[in-house]
Amino acid sequence: MGGWAIAVHGGAGVDPKLPEERQEEARRVLRRCLGVGAAGLRAGLPAVDVVEMVVRELETDPVFNSGRGSALTQEGTVEMEASIMDGRGRRCGSVSGLTTVKNPVSLARLVMDRSPHSYLAFHGAEDFAREQGVEVVDNSYFITDENVRMLKLAKEANSIVYDYRVPVPSADTCSASAGLVGATTDGGLQMNGLPISIYAPETVGCVAVDSCGWCAAATSTGGLMNKMSGRIGDSPLIGSGTYACGACAVSCTGEGEAIIRSTLARDVAALMEYKGLGLQEAVDYALKERLDEGKAGLIAVSRNGEVAYGFNTVGMFRGCATEDGFMDVAIW
Amino acid sequence: MGWAIALHGGAGDIPLSFPVEGRAPREAALRHCLELGVAALKANRPPLDVVELVVRELENSPCFNAGKGSVLTTNGTVEMEACIMDGNTKKCGAVSGLSTVVNAISLARLVMERTPHIYLAFDGAEAFAREQGVETAHSSHFITPENVERLKNAKEAKRVQIDFTEPIKGTIPSSIGDSQIGTVGCVAVDGHGILASATSTGGLVNKMAGRIGDTPIIGAGTYANSYCAVSATGKGESIIQATVARDVAALMEYKGLSLKEAAAYVIERTPKGNVGLVAVSANGEVTMPFNTTGMFRACATEDGYSEIGIWPSGINGDLEYPNK
Repeated sequence: MGGWAIAVHGGAGVDPKLPEERQEEARRVLRRCLGVGAAGLRAGLPAVDVVEMVVRELETDPVFNSGRGSALTQEGTVEMEASIMDGRGRRCGSVSGLTTVKNPVSLARLVMDRSPHSYLAFHGAEDFAREQGVEVVDNSYFITDENVRMLKLAKEANSIVYDYRVPVPSADTCSASAGLVGATTDGGLQMNGLPISIYAPETVGCVAVDSCGWCAAATSTGGLMNKMSGRIGDSPLIGSGTYACGACAVSCTGEGEAIIRSTLARDVAALMEYKGLGLQEAVDYALKERLDEGKAGLIAVSRNGEVAYGFNTVGMFRGCATEDGFMDVAIW
Repeated sequence: MGWAIALHGGAGDIPLSFPVEGRAPREAALRHCLELGVAALKANRPPLDVVELVVRELENSPCFNAGKGSVLTTNGTVEMEACIMDGNTKKCGAVSGLSTVVNAISLARLVMERTPHIYLAFDGAEAFAREQGVETAHSSHFITPENVERLKNAKEAKRVQIDFTEPIKGTIPSSIGDSQIGTVGCVAVDGHGILASATSTGGLVNKMAGRIGDTPIIGAGTYANSYCAVSATGKGESIIQATVARDVAALMEYKGLSLKEAAAYVIERTPKGNVGLVAVSANGEVTMPFNTTGMFRACATEDGYSEIGIWPSGINGDLEYPNK
């Protein structure tokens, strides 16, 4: 017990037919980012600095869909959001609707540290970014050919979906396309109303506890493929996609609407705080009892240096490392 | 068991010297909204409809910081936000950054019922409003002379503070009067234990453009499940980090506290002067605690109790009607 620990995720809900070289590429990036975080913790950096640093790495790498490589809105643009929370003092910062900021998680950190507010969005957030002199680029920087292709498929799937009004036996979501089938060969596997082959897990996150026992969490995303412009998901919402307090830190991924309705990140901490559950118990309970038919995953650490994962999706890109030398990277 | 309803017009530093000309219209508005809500519950309207209609009424009143009467951003504009949650299904809807929509709470409901999403903001939310044909108005509808004055005072106070002291990160100096007041909200439960919550606000006076507060954040300013429905008000940043609304319900469920105990627990643990809330439970109980100087509030229960107040009970002429 005790000591530092770190976990990362690259999104929950993975296509079971994902080509092996894509899987290996993902594992490589996760391993690299874990290494960066572990080095920071070993050097005595506070957890909040480490989670920001690691999520910056994940945002910059186009393999995962945040920052560069973000999923596209229905207009073909990128709107990114992120949040960060320092369990020490429960300070937090969130941003939404970013279109030019290279590292959304760092802007969220600046909202936390340098503004009188907790959450800035859209034009106001972009103005703040310029005031703070963070690195900005053209929106086209974030758009990858692969995601342009995926958007086209998603639009087609949504139109096919409305043609075949057959109730799907699998999970209902909060989505308006719930109950309608995706005409693909996925065996009905869906996330957020999209067939799994088109859905791209679109969130990255990191949780860490430092050697002083302080926990922190950060989450960043491009959002949902083909989302309405202006749509905000769970990632920037404190208590839903991200949470940290004295006891633990949590970062979630998956069906944003389901995560919000279940205030998933806060619930893991509340189960520990108010019901006295241990970290893994709380994670398991929250996923089992709170999501209803929603699909999601999460990573968590406790002040005691424990790490836990949980997911009810097919796969979650993840990894963890602890001070005693344990390290693990996995997808399934 | 039995129905119950509670509503608020904002918690904050409402001075005891608040002039009667200011109090009377606010008390009248609270009474009017309470009566509307009670009539709707008696007519068996679902709690989700009840909280929406009461909040619409509060938004339309220029006395409170929501809809008409919203406080202004640092640019002198309005950016309104709202949130609604159905405790029965845990479906929810939220909007932020509205500048022309007359009733933000109704747009939040439409997001919940007519999109696959929960939360729409700024240009996207305004575009959705037009698609849905909801009532919109020019900014002059929302901006009141009092709020122009409040913004002026807030900027003055901030300038004064910066001139004479080190700027303190994270504190917005409270300016003269009731500028800390934020938000309107309503929670209701019917005789079957079905709960709903709705909250709406113009936000924080002199806020940065794009600032989002606690109101549209599920679990912070607004929450409802099968245990209770909660609507919070006060300093948004504190309410967010304390996940106020969710915590009341979590304490009931995970720690077995009663509604009153859970609400009091949460209020006590939030920095003084920062928060108030109204909540009802599935059993028809009501609580309206706050750690600010005052909170514009009203409630009624099926057994005939009702209350309208501004300051802590017993101070300065709170109006109570034990037998309606």
